[in-house]
Formats: sequence, C-alpha cells, structure tokens
Amino acid sequence: MGEVGLQHYLILSAIIFGFGLYALISRRNAILVLMGIELILNAANINLIAFSKYSGLGVDGHVISVFVIILAVAEAAIALGIILALYTNYLTVNLDEANTMKD
Amino acid sequence: MEFAIKYLPLVILLIPLLSFLILSFFGRRLPRQGDWLAVSLLFIDLALSIVVFIAYSTLGKYSYTIDWFDIGSNPFSSPSKFTIGFVIDEISAIMLVVVNTISAFVHLFSVKYMEGDFKYKKYFAYLGFFTFSMLGLVLTNNVLLMYVFWELVGVSSYLLIGFWYEKPAPQEAAKKAFIVNRIGDVGFLLGIMIIFFTIGSFTFTDIFEQVSAGALQGKLLTAAGILLFCGAIGKSAQFPLHVWLPDAMEGPTPVSALIHAATMVAAGVYLTARIFVMLSPDALTFVTFIGTITAFISATIAITQNDIKKVLAYSTISQLGYMIMAIGIGAMAVGFFHLVTHAFFKACLFLTAGSVIYGLHHVQDIREMGGLRRKMPITFYTFLIATLAISGVPLTSGFLSKDSILAATIAFAEINGGITYLVPITAFLVAGLTAFYMFRLLIITFLGEPRNKEKFEHCKESPIQITLPLIVLSGLSIFIFYTPNPLSADAGWFLNLVKTPQSLLVGAKGAIYHIVDKIEFSELVHHAHYPAMALSLLIAGTGILFAYILYHWKKVDVDKITERIKPIYNFSLNKWYFDELYDKTAVALTMVLSRASAWFDNKIVDGMVNGAAYVTKMTSFFSGKFDNFVIDGLVNLTAGIVGFFGLIFRKFQTGKIQTYVMFLVFGIIVLYFIFR
Repeated sequence: MGEVGLQHYLILSAIIFGFGLYALISRRNAILVLMGIELILNAANINLIAFSKYSGLGVDGHVISVFVIILAVAEAAIALGIILALYTNYLTVNLDEANTMKD
Repeated sequence: MEFAIKYLPLVILLIPLLSFLILSFFGRRLPRQGDWLAVSLLFIDLALSIVVFIAYSTLGKYSYTIDWFDIGSNPFSSPSKFTIGFVIDEISAIMLVVVNTISAFVHLFSVKYMEGDFKYKKYFAYLGFFTFSMLGLVLTNNVLLMYVFWELVGVSSYLLIGFWYEKPAPQEAAKKAFIVNRIGDVGFLLGIMIIFFTIGSFTFTDIFEQVSAGALQGKLLTAAGILLFCGAIGKSAQFPLHVWLPDAMEGPTPVSALIHAATMVAAGVYLTARIFVMLSPDALTFVTFIGTITAFISATIAITQNDIKKVLAYSTISQLGYMIMAIGIGAMAVGFFHLVTHAFFKACLFLTAGSVIYGLHHVQDIREMGGLRRKMPITFYTFLIATLAISGVPLTSGFLSKDSILAATIAFAEINGGITYLVPITAFLVAGLTAFYMFRLLIITFLGEPRNKEKFEHCKESPIQITLPLIVLSGLSIFIFYTPNPLSADAGWFLNLVKTPQSLLVGAKGAIYHIVDKIEFSELVHHAHYPAMALSLLIAGTGILFAYILYHWKKVDVDKITERIKPIYNFSLNKWYFDELYDKTAVALTMVLSRASAWFDNKIVDGMVNGAAYVTKMTSFFSGKFDNFVIDGLVNLTAGIVGFFGLIFRKFQTGKIQTYVMFLVFGIIVLYFIFR
C-alpha cells in the first residue's frame, strides 16, 4: 500500500462528500438531509487539514476548519429550530409534504 | 330742417321696430298688453314722417350712402363694395307719409277690433314689424337692400295672414301667399343678379347711370326689366300670380286693410315705378299687358263674389293692375298717384268692411247683410265716399287719378296704334265694371231690407276707435287734399311734385311699343284728357245705374239673368278656375316632380346608401373572419407555444430544494466536462 499521501485524504474526503451529497439529495427526512450537510462540511474540513499538512501552510487549515465546525454547530442549531417549527406546523419532518408555497 | 332730412328717416324706420321689440319682450307685463304704446309710437312716426316730407319739399332730394361690407377682390364682380343707404325723394317721401298714416290708423282700429284675442300683443308686435319692413323697403336707395326688406315684408305678411293659425284656412292661405310670392321673388333675384353682373352696383342711381351709358342694353336689359318686374307680379298680385291675394283675406281685417290693400301690395307698383326709367320697350309692353289683363280678369271675378272681403280683394287686384298698366304705358306719375289715392280709399273700404264684420259678429257673407245703413250710419257714409272714389265719381281722389290713367291710355294707343287700342278699351271697360261691382256691394250690404233679421237686430254702430280711422281715411279720399281743381289733378301739388321721369331709352322702339319723349307724351295726354273724362264719367255712371237697376230697384230679376248666362256666371264665380287650373298644372306638376324625386331619394339615393352599407357589412364580415381566424390564430398559436413550453418547463419547477441541488450537481458535472 505504501505511505498515506495527500491523495488518500482527498479520496476519503471525496467519498464522504459523495455520501453527504447523496444523503442531501435523496433523503426525505429533514434530519437526514441535515446530516448530509454535516457530512459535506466535514469532507471540506478533511480537505482543509490535508492541504494544510502537505503544503507547509502551518496551522491555517486547522484554524479555518475550527471555524467551519463552529459554523456547523450554529447552523445545526438554527436548522434544528427550523425543523422543529416545521414539525409543529405539519406534524411531519418529511420535506416533500412541506409544499404549501408550491401551490 | 337739414337735421330732419338727415336723421329722421332712420328714426322713422326704427320706431316701428322698437314697437315690435318692446311688445315682443315686455308686452305681457305692460298694462293693456302695450297696445297704447304701439299706437302712440305709430302716431309719433306719422308726425315725424310729415316733418320729413315738409323738409323734403323745402330742401329737395337727399340721399345717404355708407359702405356696408367689402368682399375683397374676386373673380365674380369687379367692384367689391356693398353699400347701404336711404333716399328721400318725391316718391319715398310721399310713401313714408302714406304708409305711416294707414299703419297708424290701422293700429288704432285694431285696438277695438282685436280686443280679447288671446294673441293680442303678438298681433301689435307683428304690425310693428310689418311697418318697419315696409318703411325700409320704401326708404332704401339700393336694390339689394330693397330685396331684403321685400322678403321681410313677405314674412310679416305670412305671419299676419296666418295669425289665426289654429284654423286650417288661414294656415293654407298663409302658405299659399308665401309660396306664390316666392315664385315672383325668384325672378326678382335673377334680375338683381343680371344687374350685379353687368353693372356691379346695387344703388338705383348707379344702375340708371350705367344703363344710360350703355353698360346693359338690348335683350339683356329687357330680361333684367321683366325679371325685376316678376317680383312686382308676385308682391302686387298681378296675373298670373294673383291667386294668393283673395285667400290672404283669411287674416284679420285690419291686416287686410294695411297689407293687402294699401301698402305691401303697393310695393310691387313702387318697385316698378322706381325701375321705370330703365325698362326697355319690350319690357314695358310686358308690364302694360300684365297690368291690363290683371285689371280685367279680377274685375270680372269681383262682380259675382259674395264675401265682402273677397270683392274688395279682387277690386284691389284690379286697381293694382291699373297702376301697373299706367306705369307700363309711360304714365308713371299718375300710376303712383293712383297708388296713393287707392291706398287711402281701399284701406277705408277694408276698414269699413272690418267695421261691418265687427258689428255683425264675424259675418262676411253679403247675402246675410242688407239695410245696415240705418244701424251703422258712420260706417255707411265712409263706405259710400270710398266707393264713390274707387268708382271714379268726381270730387273724389279716385276720380282724379283714374281719369289721368284713362287719358294716358288713350294717348298711349294713339302713339302705338294697332293692338294697343285694347289697352284703353279694357281700361274703360274695367272702370265701368268697378263702378258696377262696388255699388252692387254697397247696395247689398247697406241698402234694402235686412236679410238676416236676427243678426241685424244685434248689430250696432262701432265705437270711436273704429269709426275715427274710417272718417279720417274717407276724408283723405276727397279731391281737396291733392288738387284745388276737382276735375283735373294737373294743377295739384301732387302731380307737380311727382313728375314722370324721362325714360333712359327714349326713342327706342320695341315690337309694338315706342318710347316717346315725355313732353310729347304729356301733350297727348293733355289732349285726351277731356274726352277721357267724359267717357269715363259716362261709363262709371252706366255701371252705377246698372247696379241700382239690378240690385236696388230690382227692375230686372238678377236670378233670371244669372240663370240665362249660367256658364259665364259660374266662370266668374269660380274665379276663372285659376285655382283649379294651377292645381291641375303647376301644383300637379310639382307633386309629380316631388314624387319622382321622392322615388329617386327612396330608391336610388337610399339604394346607394344601403348598397354602401351592404358592402361595408360584407367587408366587415370578412375582416371579422380574418380577425377571428388569422390574427387570433396567430395569437393563440403564440400562446399555445408558450403554454407548451410552460408545460415542459414546469416539470423542473418542483419547489423541492433537493431537486434543484441535483440539477446543480448535474450542471456542475456538465460544466466540468465542457471546460475541462
């Protein structure tokens, strides 16, 4: 197998991004969509840290990923609030059924 | 005096108009509906016109002209200025007095006669309007303005004939008068056009100047003269347009006295007298024969009429024919003299007839009268004086004027010879007929026994407002007002003031007419004077005698004579069947023409309109189809295409984030492959 290099990280990151994207697109449940978004963000974090490590940029990537994590937390809090509001209105978290603006 | 002749004519003209305006607008609010105002204004007018007459006799002729309007340069007439103005000469000064005298006394008469009529103030307003128009006609020095007033006179005559328009007969009479007059007026207008195109001016002095300079001559001059005279034929009720005047008697009787006996019908004679100097020999022949024929026809009709006003109407036509004839034969001054004397005694006759009608409560048929002399002495004696005047008995004004005319006819026949001897023969015959029918009227109406006892019992003499005009007008029928010599008017002021002017075409010869110098003519007239007088006295005496024999002493049974000459009697009674003749010819022709033009209107013109409508309808039908199918089709096609694409594209608009994200990813992948 050889030594773990940059492309391994990138492949891992791409796989996680793919999963996240798949979850984002295909899931009907809002919670699961949110989880897909988290996966995409973490894939990005992996990328940031990997580039940081292999390009001699110090800890810049780490710092940015910490920011991303913080943002993800905030985002998750807001998104969960929205989902809660959605649930109180529609008694479901199925995104397909929350379609009153379509008509 | 200077002032009087300069400004008073306008004041005289406008006073009756003022009366008309005041009565029209404020009559209802004035006490007694303003009749006192109309009457007093007219008497003021009369006084002023006498002042003007006196001013004229000291100062002489006065004419005043101002520019009216300017039509600028144009291809139709060389001078472009139109003028208006008035002239005070011997004819217009006398006419002013005559018109105002009769108008004023007719106003006074009407106060009682029209009492209680519900259009009382309108009546006086119309009278004022008529007087205004007539005075304008008399005063103007301009043939165009004369035409304007001529028509105004016609309108006021129409209004007054049809004054009782609630009844059908006055309506018809008013229409008839108006339409028949219009026929003559067309000729008048054409004559004015000829004058304007050849001479380019409307004032009489300019016209005469140009005619004597030869600007208008030959056949065109004859045509102009005859056409102008056509106006007189209509207005003065000459043959063949005389049919309106007897019908016009449907109007109130004072109106008949004012308009249809004394003033308006004299307008035609006045016009003929004005244009006398420019009439060519042939035109004068025409004038003479029209006048003679008219005098004869209407005298024969008057004999058999039974309506008191109809007899007087036909006698008026006959006397008007006399005046026209006198002017035609070249004795303009005596023709005009007869106009003036006739105006007074005929107005008097009509007003006495009005008095009789008033006394008998609107009976006009003389067969219901008789014996009225005892009940209405003043009316009788005034009627008698006027009848003597019209019959040509000495000591009356009618004698003087009629005698001068008869002398002139003899002189005329001596000059021209041949067929023109018919003129004096007819004139003398008409003089006899006039005396006969007037005395027939007098005898049947006033003498003998009353035929309708009941009416007779209720009859009484008319009040002073009616008898005063009668007395004044019959007084004016006495010779002393015209000449000191009861047998000849030559020494009187009238014929010294009014002289026959020298014709502009002296020496000209027509087919049968020769215009001679006026001095030569007057010598011949003078020569013929005494034979004419003797003959006319004899003939008038015979006429009166026959009337007495037939109707008073009843020596011969009138009915038996009537029975024996039934066809002639009926011919006269039915007015020579002129109305029937016109009904069958002119009226029928007009009806045919109007039907034809109605048919043309209904079928051709309406057909064209309907055809155009049909074409439009068809066009619009097709353009409607085009709109519906082609234009709307294109629009709908566009809409359909848009809708079709909409149907496709709406599939993508699911409203789901996830779908969009999927498209996004798909798009990114595609872009990646494109820009790689």
